[in-house]
Amino acid sequence: MAGKVKWVTDIEKSVLINNFEKRGWVQVTENEDWNFYWMSVQTIRNVFSVEAGYRLSDDQIVNHFPNHYELTRKDLMVKNIKRYRKELEKEGSPLAEKDENGKYLYLDFVPVTYMLPADYNLFVEEFRKSPSSTWIMKPCGKAQGKGIFLINKLSQIKKWSRDSKTSSFVSQSNKEAYVISLYINNPLLIGGRKFDLRLYVLVSTYRPLRCYMYKLGFCRFCTVKYTPSTSELDNMFVHLTNVAIQKHGDYNHIHGGKWTVSNLRLYLESTRGKEVTSKLFDEIHWIIVQSLKAVAPVMNNDKHCFECYGYDIIIDDKLKPWLIEVNASPSLTSSTANDRILKYNLINDTLNIAVPNGEIPDCKWNKSPPKEVLGNYEILYDEELAQGDGADRELRSRQGQSLGPRAGRSRDSGRAVLTTWK
Amino acid sequence: MLQEESDLSLIIAQIVQKLKGSNLYSQLERQAWASLQRPEIKLESLKEDIKEFFKISGWEKKLQNAVYSELSVFPLPSHPAAPPEHLKEPLVYMRKAQGSWEKRILKSLNSMCTELSIPLARKRPVGEQKELLNKWNEMGTDEPDLSLFRPVYAPKDFLEVLINLRNPNYENGDSLSFRTHLGLIQVPLKVKDIPELKECFVELGLNIGQLGIDDSTQVPPELFENEHVRIGQKVLAEQDSAAAQQYIRQGSPTALRAELWALILNISSQPEDVLYYEQLKTNVIQHDLLVDSLIYKDVKLTASNDDYYFVFEDYLYQVLLCFSRDTSVLSHFAFNSASPPKSYIRGKLGLEEYAVFYPPNGVIPFHGFSMYVAPLCFLYHEPSKLYQIFREMYVRFFFRLHSISSHPSGIVSLCLLFETLLQTYLPQLFYHLREIGAQPLRISFKWMVRAFSGYLATDQLLLLWDRILGYNSLEILAVLAAAVFAFRAVNLMEVTSLAAAEKKNHLRELKSMYLDDIVKIHGLFWLF
Repeated sequence: MAGKVKWVTDIEKSVLINNFEKRGWVQVTENEDWNFYWMSVQTIRNVFSVEAGYRLSDDQIVNHFPNHYELTRKDLMVKNIKRYRKELEKEGSPLAEKDENGKYLYLDFVPVTYMLPADYNLFVEEFRKSPSSTWIMKPCGKAQGKGIFLINKLSQIKKWSRDSKTSSFVSQSNKEAYVISLYINNPLLIGGRKFDLRLYVLVSTYRPLRCYMYKLGFCRFCTVKYTPSTSELDNMFVHLTNVAIQKHGDYNHIHGGKWTVSNLRLYLESTRGKEVTSKLFDEIHWIIVQSLKAVAPVMNNDKHCFECYGYDIIIDDKLKPWLIEVNASPSLTSSTANDRILKYNLINDTLNIAVPNGEIPDCKWNKSPPKEVLGNYEILYDEELAQGDGADRELRSRQGQSLGPRAGRSRDSGRAVLTTWK
Repeated sequence: MLQEESDLSLIIAQIVQKLKGSNLYSQLERQAWASLQRPEIKLESLKEDIKEFFKISGWEKKLQNAVYSELSVFPLPSHPAAPPEHLKEPLVYMRKAQGSWEKRILKSLNSMCTELSIPLARKRPVGEQKELLNKWNEMGTDEPDLSLFRPVYAPKDFLEVLINLRNPNYENGDSLSFRTHLGLIQVPLKVKDIPELKECFVELGLNIGQLGIDDSTQVPPELFENEHVRIGQKVLAEQDSAAAQQYIRQGSPTALRAELWALILNISSQPEDVLYYEQLKTNVIQHDLLVDSLIYKDVKLTASNDDYYFVFEDYLYQVLLCFSRDTSVLSHFAFNSASPPKSYIRGKLGLEEYAVFYPPNGVIPFHGFSMYVAPLCFLYHEPSKLYQIFREMYVRFFFRLHSISSHPSGIVSLCLLFETLLQTYLPQLFYHLREIGAQPLRISFKWMVRAFSGYLATDQLLLLWDRILGYNSLEILAVLAAAVFAFRAVNLMEVTSLAAAEKKNHLRELKSMYLDDIVKIHGLFWLF
C-alpha cells in the first residue's frame, strides 16, 4: 500500500486545506514530488506551456484541463458552440433543426454574441436591426464582473471600431479583447429582483464525456430591484449578480442574497406549475451537456486532469435558460456560514470522485467511481453508458416525447431529476 | 333532539343573515334575474328551474363553499341567552387575563409614543405621499432610523403571562402526586389525549399515504403520489371547498397548493377585492401610523435575515401595512378573546364619540409577526391575492396564537397539550429537562406561536400548514413540537442546561428536519 497523498496548492482557502488535512494528506511544495495539485488558472498555464516541458507522471493529478479556456474564455466558448452547431447542421443532425426565423430549436442557448474588435462590423449590422436593444460588454479574460458595462448606443463602443483612429488595433493583445452579447433585459424576477444560477459541474474526462452535476447549486440575487430603465444601465447593483459586486451594496451576511436551487424549484412549482418547472430544469441540464460536447473535440483530454466548473445561467421571464459563462476557477471564498459549508462539501465530494479512496492516484484508472462516493453529485452525462442505448433517444426526448425512466430522484434538490437522454 | 334542531336553525339563520350582506348574495341575485331569459326557465316551475340552473352553472357550488366557509369559522354553539363576551371567551378568568395583558401592551405602545414624541397617526404631506407611491414596490430599500423603536412585546413576554394564569376556582392542592402537572401552564383546560388525537387525525395514520413522506425517494410514484395528484386536480376542477379540505389532510402537491388553499379559504380574486386592496394602499400612502415603524422593524429583524424569505421583503410591507388599516378585520373580534385597543382623538380622552380603534384593524404586531405572511409569498405573487389569503389565515387561525383563551386551538391549550403529551409519554425526558431548568415549553413556545414559520424549511412548513387547513385546527403544532422532542430525546437527555438545549444543533437544526424523519420513523402519534 503506497504512502499518503502529497498535495500542493497555490490557492489559500480553508475549504480546500481542511479537506486535504481531513484525509490525512501531506502538504508539500511544488518542487517536491507531489500527487495532487489544486492549481490556479495561471499555474496551469505554466505547467502545460510548451516551454515548461513539464511531464506529469502517472501518480499526479491536477484540477484543470490544459486548454480549459476553450470553454471558460467567453469568446472561445461562443466560438466553439457556433462551430459545433454548424457541424451538426452540416451532417444533417436533427439537433441542429431551425425554426421559421432561422433560430436553432434546440441549440439556441447562448445570447447572440460577437467578438470585438474582430466582428465589429457584423455586430453593427445586428445592432441596427434592433436599435433599442441593450448589449453587454465583457472583457474576455476577466472575472468577478470586472470591466463589464452595458451599452445601448453605438457611440459607447466607438473605440472598438476597426476604422476608428483611436482604436487600439495595433496592440491587439488578448487582454483588450471583448465580447458583446445581447443583454437579456427580461430576466425572470423573483420579489422584483434579478438573479442568476450558479451550478457546479465536474468533468472527469472529455472523451468519453463523463460529467457530474452538483445538486446544491444556488441563485444569486441582486440587492436592488430590477429595472430595464435606461437610466439605470450604469447601476451595476441592478444588473450584475456577482457576489464580488453585490458585496459592496446593501449586502446581508446571513443569507448572502442566495437561495438554494431547491427554493427556486419550490417557488416555481408553486407559482407556475410542475410541468414548466421540470422542463426548465431539463433544459438547463441539456445546455450544460451541449456546451461540454461542443468543446470536447478540441479539449486536450489529458488523463491527469479533472475540472470543476462554475456555470452561470440566467433564466428569462419565458422560463428559458441562457448560458452566460463557464468559470474554470469558481470562487472558493465563503460569504456566509451556509456558503462555507456548501463549498466545503463541494470540494469534499469532488475529491472523492477525482481521487478514489483518497489514495495515491493512478491516472490510468477508468474514471468510473462507484455510486456511493458521488455525495451530492449526480451523473449528468456518461457517454459510455449513453452510447449503449442508441442515439435516437436523444432526438425523441428533445422533441418533447416521454423522457424515459428518471435517472434518480433526490430530496435535496427538490427532486431535480436528471434525464437519461443522450 | 329538539335542542339540536333549534341550535341548527339558529346557526342557519345566522349564516343566512351573514351571507345576505355579502357580495355573493348580490351576484346570485343578478344571476337569477339574468337566468329568466333562458329558455329552460319556465314560469310555472320558476323556483326549481332556477335552482337547477344554479346547480349546472356552478353557482350552487360557490354558495356551498361560502356556507362551508362560514361553518368553519363559526364559533362553537353556545346557549342562546349567553352574552356576546361568551362568544369571545366563556371563562371569566381568561377574559380578565386577556384584558390586563391588552392594557399592558397598550401602555407600552403609548409610552413609546410619548418617549419618541411620535403621534400614533399622522397625515403625510403631499410630497411624502408621492415619494412613497413611487417607492411602493421597494419599500425595503428605505432605511428609516428604527433604532429607537422596539417591538411592543416578544413571544417570551407573552409566555410569562401564560405561566401566571390561574383559575381562581381551581385548587390543586399543595401535595405533589402523579397527577400533578409538572409543566409551566397551570390551568385546568381539557386537551386531547393520544387516543382522541388518533381519532381526530385519522388521515395521519401510518396506513394512509402522506405527501412529505410517501413521495420521497424510496417510494415509487405509482404507489401514491400520482394518484394523489390526480385526485387533487379533480377536486380543483369541482371547485368544492369541503372536498379540498378533506383532500389536503394528506398533504398538497406543490403545484396545486396555491389553488387548494384559496379554495379552502374561499378566496377568489374578484375585481372588488382588488379594488379593496387598492383602497387600503391609498390609506397607507395618505396616513402614517406608528405601527408602521413596528412593522418595518419586525421585517428587518426577522424576514430580511431569513434564508428563504429575504427575497420577498417588499411584499411583506405591502401586505402588513395594508393589513393594519383594514377595518374589516375588526369583525373577527366577535369570536376572539382579544378586543381592539381604543384610542382617543387628541384632547378628547374618555369621550366615546372620539374613540377610534388603533390600529384601525385592532391588531398590534409583535416581534415575529411578519413571519405569518412570509411563507405565503412562495405561493402567491399577486399582492391583492396574497393579501386576501393572509388576512383569511389570520382571522381563522393565527389570532389564536397570541391571545389568551380557552379555545382548543388557542395558544394556552396548545401549550398544555404539548406539556401533557411530553409528561405523559416521555416522563423521563420531561423530568430531566425540568431538573436542569430547561422546561420544554420555554424552548417550544416560540415555534408554536409562529406556527413554526422560520423554524422549518419552507417546503416542510407548507406541508404542516396544509394540515392546519385540512383539520381546521392548530393542535397539530403542539403535537409536532412534542414529536420533535421525542425525536431528539436521546440527545436531549445528555444536555445539562437550557442554553445547551437550545444551542446544540438538536433543536436549532429544525430547519434541516424533514417531517418524514419525524413522522415516518415513528408515526406521529405512535411516537408515544
